[in-house]
Amino acid sequence: MKINEIILQLPYSEPFLFVDEVLSVSEETISGTYTFHKDAFFYKGHFKNNPVTPGVILTECMAQIGLVCLGIYLLDKENSLTSPTFAMSSIEIDFYLPVFPGEKVKVLSEKKYFRFNKLKCEVKMLNNNDEIVAKGTISGMIINKKREETIHSKKLPQ
Amino acid sequence: MTSEEIFALLEPIIKTYLPEDVSAKEINHESDLTRELNINSAHLVDIILDIEDVFNIEFKNEDMEKLRNVNDVTFLIQQKISA
Repeated sequence: MKINEIILQLPYSEPFLFVDEVLSVSEETISGTYTFHKDAFFYKGHFKNNPVTPGVILTECMAQIGLVCLGIYLLDKENSLTSPTFAMSSIEIDFYLPVFPGEKVKVLSEKKYFRFNKLKCEVKMLNNNDEIVAKGTISGMIINKKREETIHSKKLPQ
Repeated sequence: MTSEEIFALLEPIIKTYLPEDVSAKEINHESDLTRELNINSAHLVDIILDIEDVFNIEFKNEDMEKLRNVNDVTFLIQQKISA
């Protein structure tokens, strides 16, 4: 799978897509960027007259690049990419610096393990000055629809 | 290792991932991991990874589908350590 094909496989769209570009990917690591648009919907209320990117949105951006993009790449390597859905299962992140409207961030993620459909990664977010904005661990389950359907149908009474 | 010995090592692992509303007393040989003990799929993976470390064994993807209750886990561990 080519780098630019990963984004096309993402299950998100505006206003909840937080990936602009995947810079590099391997079976162990991924990096990508996103620029927070000045007119993004959340700045209107976070905060009143003082727009700052919410931590949950930074987390979402870290998860979309660090976990979901990497997950798509890994599934494709295994030849088992069949429109998977992703469920975040655990997050632990520390935040260090605010991200203001219009800022561009870079997300770096390193796989800790990918086993039994659970992907766990150490993820970092850097700002344009290469300062750490946020850092932590994110895990999620990748639910492969086709496979789930077969498992599910087995459980149904005949 | 007898199934009782395995259970003694297994119980504390499961206990770590029990949701707050499920009491550790509910862990017995027949308890269904997801339906009765309310363990989610992500924590089920954590339990398997901990079992691999404690018993020094390795689980395969297809093993996961066989695991419904505590007995299934005990049985699979027994199979793997004697293999």
